[in-house]
Amino acid sequence: MAVETERSGSRRSPRRGSRSFFPAPSWPCLLVLLILLVTSAHAISQAGNGAGYSVAGRIKFDGISSKGSGLHTKKSNVKIILNGGQRVTFARHNGYFSFHNVPAGTHLIEVSAMGFLFSPVRVDISARNPGKIQAVLTENRRALSELILEPLREEQYYEVREPFSIMSLVKSPMGLMMGFMLVVVFVMPKLVENMDPEEIRRAQEEMRSQGVPSFSNLLSGQAQR
Amino acid sequence: MAMFVKPIIGLIIALVFCSNVSTALYEDQVGVVDWYQQYIGKVKHAIFHAQKAGRRRVVVATEENVIASLDLRRGELFWRHVLGENDSVDQIDIALGKYVITLSSGSILRTWNLPDGQMVWESFLQVSASSMSLFYVPASIEVGTDQQIFVSAGGCLHAVSSIDGEVIWKREFTDSLEIQKLFQTPDGDITAIGFSSSSQIDIYQLSAKNGDILVHKSASFPGGFSREASFVSGDVFVTLDATRSILVLVNLNGGEIRFHQTHISDLAEGYSGTAAILPQKFTGMFALELDSLIMLMKVESGRDLEIIEKIPHPASISDSLLLANGQQAFAMVKHEETKVHLTVKLDTDLKSNILKESINLDSQRGSVQKVFLNNYVKTDKSHGFRALVVMEDHSLLLVQQGEIVWSREDGLASIIASTTSELPVEKGVSVAKVEHSIFEWIKGHLLKVKGTLMLANAEDLAAIQRMRLKSFEKTKMTRDHNGFRKLLVVLTRAGKVLALHTGDGRIVWSLLLSPLHSSDSCQHLIPVDIYQWQVPHHHAMDENPSVLVISRCGLHSDAPGVILIVDSYSGKVVSSSKLSHSVLQVMPLPLTDSTEQRLHIIIDDNKKAHLYPRTPESINIFRPELPNTYWYSVEAVKGAIKGYSFRGNCIDTDEDDYCFDTRELWSIIFPSDSEKITGATTRKHNEVVHTQAKTIGNQDVMYKYISKNMLFVATVSPRAAGNIGSATPEEAYLVVYLIDAVTGRIIHRVTHLGAQGPIHAVVSENWVVYHYFNLRAHKYEMSVVEVNDQSRQDNKSIWKLLLGKHNLTSPVSAFSQPEVTVKSQSYFFTHSVKTMAVTSTAKGITSKQLLIGTIGDQVLALDKRYLDPRRTPDPSPSEREEGIIPLTDSLPIIPQSYVTHSLQVEGLRGIATMPAKLESTSLVFAYGVDLFFTRVAPSRTYDSLTEDFSYALLLITIVVLVASIFVTWALSEKKELEEKWR
Repeated sequence: MAVETERSGSRRSPRRGSRSFFPAPSWPCLLVLLILLVTSAHAISQAGNGAGYSVAGRIKFDGISSKGSGLHTKKSNVKIILNGGQRVTFARHNGYFSFHNVPAGTHLIEVSAMGFLFSPVRVDISARNPGKIQAVLTENRRALSELILEPLREEQYYEVREPFSIMSLVKSPMGLMMGFMLVVVFVMPKLVENMDPEEIRRAQEEMRSQGVPSFSNLLSGQAQR
Repeated sequence: MAMFVKPIIGLIIALVFCSNVSTALYEDQVGVVDWYQQYIGKVKHAIFHAQKAGRRRVVVATEENVIASLDLRRGELFWRHVLGENDSVDQIDIALGKYVITLSSGSILRTWNLPDGQMVWESFLQVSASSMSLFYVPASIEVGTDQQIFVSAGGCLHAVSSIDGEVIWKREFTDSLEIQKLFQTPDGDITAIGFSSSSQIDIYQLSAKNGDILVHKSASFPGGFSREASFVSGDVFVTLDATRSILVLVNLNGGEIRFHQTHISDLAEGYSGTAAILPQKFTGMFALELDSLIMLMKVESGRDLEIIEKIPHPASISDSLLLANGQQAFAMVKHEETKVHLTVKLDTDLKSNILKESINLDSQRGSVQKVFLNNYVKTDKSHGFRALVVMEDHSLLLVQQGEIVWSREDGLASIIASTTSELPVEKGVSVAKVEHSIFEWIKGHLLKVKGTLMLANAEDLAAIQRMRLKSFEKTKMTRDHNGFRKLLVVLTRAGKVLALHTGDGRIVWSLLLSPLHSSDSCQHLIPVDIYQWQVPHHHAMDENPSVLVISRCGLHSDAPGVILIVDSYSGKVVSSSKLSHSVLQVMPLPLTDSTEQRLHIIIDDNKKAHLYPRTPESINIFRPELPNTYWYSVEAVKGAIKGYSFRGNCIDTDEDDYCFDTRELWSIIFPSDSEKITGATTRKHNEVVHTQAKTIGNQDVMYKYISKNMLFVATVSPRAAGNIGSATPEEAYLVVYLIDAVTGRIIHRVTHLGAQGPIHAVVSENWVVYHYFNLRAHKYEMSVVEVNDQSRQDNKSIWKLLLGKHNLTSPVSAFSQPEVTVKSQSYFFTHSVKTMAVTSTAKGITSKQLLIGTIGDQVLALDKRYLDPRRTPDPSPSEREEGIIPLTDSLPIIPQSYVTHSLQVEGLRGIATMPAKLESTSLVFAYGVDLFFTRVAPSRTYDSLTEDFSYALLLITIVVLVASIFVTWALSEKKELEEKWR
């Protein structure tokens, strides 16, 4: 018979993350948001017959961080996948899940929850001393004696549309064009005015001597006429 | 002046780059270019839940392993769960009014909350053998008490608590016992009836509290049993003998087991075939299925049989439904030409019908496969009935009062192949239409400007959104300039061809294959694949495009094939024929005839090639190409890859010009004790490569090794051929080969030690990307292999390019070693992968993106630049300029680059990409249980303005500029005049 023997807390690791263990009843009122996967390292038991073991764990939604993105995570649609699709199970309302009759060896558990990126978990089930497993987050190689998994990050699938601002209009190609025109129309004459008339003449002569017909001397030529 | 202009231009450029446009989607753009459809698959179990108050719903389980709750009014999904691939649902039920109980893969019992679909508990039953399993929920009046669920699985009976799924007790029987019926007697005991061997019936009576066997009776029947039974009542059931020709009535009444035999030939005069008992649940009756009819029979006084009705095939009968007044009703569906007759009868009056309706059904839906009956109380207190009907094409209909209330096209949940077809060219557009559309266009843009300038009110905003989503342009039935509008022609497992419009995903036409081939005496029509047959352009413009549908007439691979050519504008059958040979492999040739029909070669199981279309013209086109045509086969079971060439016409068959013999040229045989083929992939045959040359950072040129015959094959060690977790890193290795499929030469071979499958690979241009599992790091990995042509490496300058060594001038020999260099690199990748594809564009200029279907049923677009073997941890400035990304050990997963954004294509199986006419854009169709379509632009839409581009703002800018010119002109005139006066 598959009886889960959970002894959470008996060998709690001194790591920071282990504090975030919430009692099950408080959870339904929480408004989704950070998911914690709490897989007890000891939640393993030998099955009644054969070489199968049970792996039990927990996914926990917690009210930390994030606004809005939790909307597209339906709690009911959190899937836990063993070995790339060999078995699929779902999280219960309190976040618990379990796989049964898992043979000894090294396995991979993945969590699919829309809106969150989870690290896959490597789970070693030892054949020699039954009941002993090791779990490691494969993404950051963090060993978990008590398997408290935090989602690596939340996933925002959409670009955030910035609210309308004058800056965005100015930054748009048309805004830039207009800005450039304004600069040419109003600032340029000022710059030319402030220049020493001698200097202007010298510059114009220089340009003429180069023989390159430029827009500026074309303009000034017309003005002089 | 120049010194002032320069910084200004610099500033402008800087600003332009600051306001960079992201390729990702804004939330309000959802549905503008993409569409998403949710399906469930062919329904096999349905339970109605129609309370007086609250939402009426039906809970279904399907052959795609989906459990879903549907709205009975409109057929929409309330919730849905897709179980694992091999977790098929055996039985579903509703208990306590608010829980759905499912039993799947024979041993997993799950309870779901009916309103929201949340899993309440899951119980895994330890079974040694997998066999037929069923569960029984005793009907209890008290709600809230700890009810027990009795589950029979693998020769054991379990009592499971309905509150938490805890197993209360377990009773093991002999391994071979297959329990057929479980029920609770009025005094609370559990009775289990089953077959324990081929000729023995066992009856157990157990205590519901602890599972103690109270009574055990058994009896054997010399003729043996077929192991299917229909229970007429608690103590009478019918079964068939081992030869399926004698009906055995088993009476358990009075503590002993009695058999009554009836020959089926006595019931149906002169019938000699076999029979089957339908699994429908009736009381007092049962249904017997013969070859051409269904017989409904009543059992009188526990032994006498009476035939109620003989219904000719195709027909279907529902389970019986218990009405409030204790009567039982059941539905029968019969076909009559284009009409379907639904009749409902009561068990108290079998001679007459309580309800008789005829419904006109689309003939492309085929015959009725299953019917589920439900009743409701009308306002005048009489009974009304509604029926859920599953059709041959896997669609689901709700029929009520002779009308189809809603229908779901659930055949689309099992697409096996897809192709595309162009839409007709637009002819003659009326002026009024143009005026109308211009007016609409201006109106739309004015609204958009209002939206940008924050002047729009809520109503306008809604109008803008509606306009974007339901643009008339998008759903037109004609070809568009950008090539975004096409038809997706898909083939489903039910044997139906459907054409979907890429604009909104609606079904343009559909065609069911089985009625077309009924005359060919095809019992099991297995659809195989779909190809483009005719793509008219240039000189055959007046022809309609058509698609080739290939199916097989039988369950085995050596069964004769059936081909069908379907007009893709109308869905009409152009021609259909049953082949004299089987279909093992289909090869579209790069040759077309004068009407643009593509030549196809079909290889049969005798390794003979057959040319289609069977016209003298195609023979004349193909004959000169015969010596240059090769094909290969990958025999994964035998561990061999073989290459063949074509010889002349077949010798043994008489005078068939279209049949060719083939000759084995080369073979690669992998030793079965060390390597096992797990995957083989080639380039898409219609992929376009723009250029072979690639300029790299230091102005050097690299030549890609472009070969259409590059075959990627992956093998794993036999011990690591199973799932992850079944092998240790020491015994696992993965070997990857790149093989030239014409010469059989191995271009490249690489071994990954400590790696195993599953392997997903994509071959494109000169590179291969494959995904596998690294057991040492215990992470998924993706590797890229790029092959470059070394023979042209000397052609550095234009002159050398023109006069130097060239592929066309250099002699080609199968024995010469291709001068290639191979570079490869590996990266970690977080997710498991279900399928992988690469974008394809019209001219092949645009850079590529990999489309990765992840285990979470999302599609991730990953730039090919991340999978470039030339990446280094610290690229030089020239390499940076070229766009080489510094090397990282794992590939980035950017949430905004999921093309499926916040949607999940449940049960993702495949991703098809096809080029649009617009070079920057590629169309993507992802299919599984759900369908998703979108278009992607891997290098952004550099050749067209985005959908967001505001024409009105541009116009306003121009108007303002012109106005300011006039104003300044007037001002300067005035000033000049003043100066002159001065």
